[in-house]
Amino acid sequence: MDIDIAPDHADFREEVRSWLSEHLVGDFAEHRGIGSPTDDAAWDVRVAWERELSAGNWLGLTWPREYGGRDVGLAEEIIFEYEYARAAAPARVNTQALELLGPTLLAFGTDEQKQRFLPKILAVEEMWGQGFSEPGAGSDLAAVRTKAVADDDGWQIDGQKVWTTFGHHADWLYVLCRTDPDVSLRHRGLSLLLVEVDQPGVDVRPIENLARSTEFSECFFNDARASADMVVGGAGNGWRVVMTTLGMERGSALMPMQLAMQREVTDMIDAAKSSGVLDDPLIRQRLVDAYIGVNVMRSSNLRVVADLLDDTAAERGKATAAAATGGKLFASLHHQLMGELALDVYGAEAVYGADGGPAAARKLFLLSRAETIYGGTSEIQRNIIAERVLGLPRA
Amino acid sequence: MALITTAEQEALRDVMRAFLRKYSTEADVRVQMDSELGYDAQAWETAAEQIGMQALAIPEELGGAGYGFDELAVILEEVGRTLFTGPVLPSVVLAPAALLLSGDSEACARYLPGLADGSQIATIAVSEDAAMWDEADITVSAKRDADDWVLTGTKRYVLGGAQARLILVAARTDRGVSVFAIDSPATGLTIEPLPVMDLTRRLASLTFDRTPAVLVGEDGAGWTTLSQVFDQAIVALACEQVGAAAAVLELTVDYLKVRQQFGRPIGSFQAIKHRCADMLVELESARSAAAYASAAIAAGAEDASVAASIAKVYCSQAFYHIAAESIQMHGGIGFTWEHPAHLYFKRAKSGEVLFGSPAAHRERIAELIGMN
Repeated sequence: MDIDIAPDHADFREEVRSWLSEHLVGDFAEHRGIGSPTDDAAWDVRVAWERELSAGNWLGLTWPREYGGRDVGLAEEIIFEYEYARAAAPARVNTQALELLGPTLLAFGTDEQKQRFLPKILAVEEMWGQGFSEPGAGSDLAAVRTKAVADDDGWQIDGQKVWTTFGHHADWLYVLCRTDPDVSLRHRGLSLLLVEVDQPGVDVRPIENLARSTEFSECFFNDARASADMVVGGAGNGWRVVMTTLGMERGSALMPMQLAMQREVTDMIDAAKSSGVLDDPLIRQRLVDAYIGVNVMRSSNLRVVADLLDDTAAERGKATAAAATGGKLFASLHHQLMGELALDVYGAEAVYGADGGPAAARKLFLLSRAETIYGGTSEIQRNIIAERVLGLPRA
Repeated sequence: MALITTAEQEALRDVMRAFLRKYSTEADVRVQMDSELGYDAQAWETAAEQIGMQALAIPEELGGAGYGFDELAVILEEVGRTLFTGPVLPSVVLAPAALLLSGDSEACARYLPGLADGSQIATIAVSEDAAMWDEADITVSAKRDADDWVLTGTKRYVLGGAQARLILVAARTDRGVSVFAIDSPATGLTIEPLPVMDLTRRLASLTFDRTPAVLVGEDGAGWTTLSQVFDQAIVALACEQVGAAAAVLELTVDYLKVRQQFGRPIGSFQAIKHRCADMLVELESARSAAAYASAAIAAGAEDASVAASIAKVYCSQAFYHIAAESIQMHGGIGFTWEHPAHLYFKRAKSGEVLFGSPAAHRERIAELIGMN
């Protein structure tokens, strides 16, 4: 059933649809469905496409006009993301800035920081990467050791970050640093600093992932510099700022992810039909389970969105908060099952051959392994659900 | 079309929950498990008088409240939470749906007021060899006998078959599958209660031997009606399962917070916590699947059948997994008769089988989405 997620905004939906049909043409249209927030395939085309979006004023929809945004509400943003995903437009490149750093600056940044950075994000002039994880601080983010020391000229930064998504494309990094040397302070001694990549003290090295693509990097800071005004939310407040940022990392991306997964299931069923494996009763049942999973995801997303947009609700989003919290865990696990199924649908061709469908199956199989790790591992997700939603005691 | 409840529906939930807190405690459920009737007739009457539960989805002109499937979904979730043993599924959902969808205004006028005020119990008898409803499986025959019809054959897995006074039967005439009404007890009708594992939900086998029956709706048009009733049946069951799964998860989590081993609550161990998180995700996903399917039924959407089978598969399996984990997490006490975990566990399995297994519904989905 076609669910109208925000019937009051039919004009806006029409505006999005007609803009996309006019502009998602030529080279852009040929790259439909390309890339993801962690896959830098066809990067240059996607950068050009993002500038096209910028020219159409489609980036930073909810951001204030003074920074180049549209200053519209959540309903419009959700409609836009939904239509965007439905049209299978190329995945955006600067998601780190659009979804994470930008909203963080809007919440915690100084006026100068907002004026300096936000317009350049929306103009696709500066790309951003996230400097959170370290070799010794993954799930335990409060264990970061990269240190920043204030001196007369600002901050001096030393340390190492890793798993920086699209780090080798980044012009700037937002870096969680220890600004109080007392490590026992844990999350109380941290600050979020904005660091320019193009300087002698910063060395960004791409890391090849197991699919031999370079979605992420490691970043080394040796006497790197940031000026005194590059701390976000005040020195020592890094943990609070970062927790807000991570909160933004979930939710908004689930609907586009679901639509992409739905297309993958449809492709798998078509492939199974033409190869004849559809008659294999085990494959058949697993294909239906894949179909069921993406439809359950869709229902959950629609329910969460309906709740977020419900102006009669006492507290928007509260009734579906548990469903929203579990969305990432469900989607990532289901995607891995789909990856495994895709290989079985294509059989040996996906493992030993690989063009077209089999190649896509292999890519899905390999890249989906990352999804239960990045953005908070499944184990961390389960801790969060158990403790915050179910109220089970901490160890 | 709505995937979230309105304030009015939440008020209905509060009323229903208050009623069940009084009339469907665990002790009440256990009394009915051992009773011959299988449910509390007094509570059934009270539900009709005080909250109009039975009247909810029956049109106002036939003595009902005129609400739709969205409201039924709320009631069913609450009924599922407490394992209420009253015949809600057959008498409040299935039989009224079959009568209304048959388009037979005479039959509606004859039967629905009695169902709406709770004075009559009704059910529907479709399954024969398989729990799944399938037009090709219908072998009970209906033959003309002067101006009347007589039915011959056997129906199995009939919900509340021994309790119902009105039984709607799917039988085959020369024109195909049709729906007939039987006033039980009746000539040639033998009712055999089944030795059910889940004592909170009674089923029976019914054997007809030239049993007099009245045609409901058009001769030969029965399957059109029944296939829509079937979608309502499996979504109603899914709504019950969501309620029951939520209740058993709450029960389990409460226990994990207080049960101490190794000097700490066992709910603080990650071996437990992570499984509880998975259970919560399953519960919320089941809730989404049931909400979407309910909305699709209420809206008469074209994907209602697919959505219904998705809810059937997902909610059945989620409830079963949550109930099975509940026994494990309770340890020895969870394996005792006196603890309620097994009541949910058995209800979960009986629901998984009722109206067709998850595997049968996966195949139904495959056919509906064109996987041929």
